[in-house]
Amino acid sequence: MHLTPTERADASRPAAPAQLSDATEAITPQTNTNLSAKPLVVIEPRAAQFDINLRDLWSYHELFYFLTWRDVKVRYKQTLLGVLWAILQPLMMMLIFALFFGKLVGVPSDGIPYPLFAFAGLLPWTFFSTAVNTSGNSLVNNANLITKVYFPRLIVPIASIGAGLIDFAISFAVLGGLMVYYRVHLTWGILLLPLLVLLQATLALGVGVLTSALNIKYRDIRHALPFLIQVWFFASPIIYPASMMPERWRWRWLLGLNPMTGIIEGFRVALFGHKEFDWVLIATSAVTTLALLAYALVTFRRMEKGFADII
Amino acid sequence: MRPIIKASAIGKEYRIGVRSTSQGSLREALAGAVRAPLRWARRRGEGDSAGAFWALKDVGFEIQPGEAIGIIGRNGAGKSTLLKILSRITEPTEGRIELYGRIASLLEVGTGFHPELTGRENIFLNGAILGMKRAEIARKFDEIVAFAEIEKFIDTPVKRYSSGMYVRLAFAVAAHLEPEILIVDEVLAVGDVAFQKKCLGQMSSVAQQGRTVLLVSHNMAAIKWMCSRALLLHQGRLVEEGSPAQVVNSYLWAGRNNRAEASWDDLSDAPGNEVFRLRGVRVRNAAGDVTSELTAQESFSIEVDYQNFSPVVSLGATVVLYNEEGVCVFSSLSNRETQWHGRVFPAGVFRSTCRVPGHLLPEGRFSVTG
Ligand SMILES: Nc1ncnc2c1ncn2[C@@H]1O[C@H](COP(=O)(O)OP(=O)(O)O)[C@@H](O)[C@H]1O
Ligand SMILES: [Mg+2]
Repeated sequence: MHLTPTERADASRPAAPAQLSDATEAITPQTNTNLSAKPLVVIEPRAAQFDINLRDLWSYHELFYFLTWRDVKVRYKQTLLGVLWAILQPLMMMLIFALFFGKLVGVPSDGIPYPLFAFAGLLPWTFFSTAVNTSGNSLVNNANLITKVYFPRLIVPIASIGAGLIDFAISFAVLGGLMVYYRVHLTWGILLLPLLVLLQATLALGVGVLTSALNIKYRDIRHALPFLIQVWFFASPIIYPASMMPERWRWRWLLGLNPMTGIIEGFRVALFGHKEFDWVLIATSAVTTLALLAYALVTFRRMEKGFADII
Repeated sequence: MRPIIKASAIGKEYRIGVRSTSQGSLREALAGAVRAPLRWARRRGEGDSAGAFWALKDVGFEIQPGEAIGIIGRNGAGKSTLLKILSRITEPTEGRIELYGRIASLLEVGTGFHPELTGRENIFLNGAILGMKRAEIARKFDEIVAFAEIEKFIDTPVKRYSSGMYVRLAFAVAAHLEPEILIVDEVLAVGDVAFQKKCLGQMSSVAQQGRTVLLVSHNMAAIKWMCSRALLLHQGRLVEEGSPAQVVNSYLWAGRNNRAEASWDDLSDAPGNEVFRLRGVRVRNAAGDVTSELTAQESFSIEVDYQNFSPVVSLGATVVLYNEEGVCVFSSLSNRETQWHGRVFPAGVFRSTCRVPGHLLPEGRFSVTG
């Protein structure tokens, strides 16, 4: 061995306190807490917590940024078309649907050209399904991080949603192109769009956070998730309009229990202004989404402290 | 002086029986402990799955700012568990820890490295994961690259790196952390010797800047050289604390269950088959005494006795030495042996002896398979 005990350094080690103050230049300002009587961190067993420590979460926002950046970067590494895939996926789907359901089957589309109709539905859907899929698997896929470093675990599923939003923004440009091509006139309804995007992100976050936590304990989620998403696809008005359900039907608001219904329908109205917003539907979607997110966060917090042990 | 870490009566109970203490205890290296031959007996003690056991129990200590603490103990003693609790990766089942400084932990080199990303990208990602701010990483970027000696490959995806380059880059990022408390698990076991030395130097300079360092290592020389104090964990309990020299010593000599000899008098359940069976395996020091306690300087020998039942086979003996992590340190075959190698063995009892020169092995615990 290259080190022998005779080379021991402790004899030459100066008294610690003087050294500490010498080193403050390199240490962050938090050093001051050293002097206060209160510990910076107390570690002890806790009952499950239900509060979200927003300050802790915020202090790791750069990590959030880097994880999102990594997900975006890695997704299209060593691909020929790169980020074009974000556009191609919904575009291809749209062409197929336009051919089968628009031309051959003749599914109604609320008077909007079917390709446009389908694309406006596929856009939020593609975001939702990829975001849920990646964020549902995110914790398990980042097991090496979970077991080796501390950071608020919530960052991981949130970062996956962030990466999805970037793809969404890119494919949104294509929608813009289509709308110009079909000479769609914008209405004031477009102002609601940011809110709907926020709603879809919140929904994806709720589902993602919940499934990512459950996935750690039950890897079944990994296999069930694609299936769940498939079913969800058909339950949402993507290839067909929600108006296929009778408008006057008194249980119609129940459709809002699938928040994607309200979101996708809202999307189309906001873009094309072809009818009035169905406020009840949108409100139900929003309430369901928020309830789901709340439940997801509580579950996540409850399971969080066991993550590193059982992953 | 107020301690920077104050831990009292921490305990950690693991519930699931999937990984249990009994697993690995067979492989757990014992100096000179002797095990069944031909690895046939690698009985996996998969554990009584009715599992709840304490990986840590009643561990308490205080650490002053600027101390460098070495933590030693056998595999499964709970060292990593302790570090994980301190770095808030997992929660203790009982007890309380107060930290009066910012902590950064390095439980593995290259945590979060992504193979598809370039060296440059990974420096930023890994830095962020270890808790550095972006500006801080940018400021130290050149230093990190220089430390890792990978300037030419900085824009190559790390999946194309040699494992040495990978480790160097990973350690270089970690070496530039500037927390008040630095926690390091057995990560120095990787990389080539020159680089290991550089890392140790870097770490001890961290300690000399007045930062607090907690270091887990099987490199006893490094512990003695770097640390001002050492803790010894045994089966989840803190059994000794004091000067590194003294603690390392009692760790190495804690020979209670080390066996220097294993023998099978009843041949019917001795390891082996119809052709041959093992009679005994033992370790002798230079003076010829059977002992499990040797100094790194002295030479020793390992003897394997076996009985041959069939007069028509040719036998060879192999001795494999494992270090405490279960890593094979060397193996020795009898094929260089001139008198018997390749010849037909008559029925009877044979003894093969493997002589190990002094100064070959570092201090530590080793186990032998024949
Ligand atoms: N997540 C876990 N679940 C169950 N048992 C575990 C887990 N992590 C570690 N252990 C067990 O706890 C004991 C202590 O492990 P560890 O702290 O890694 O030991 P060391 O680092 O000293 O070798 C071992 O018996 C190990 O198998
Ligand atoms: Mg360990």
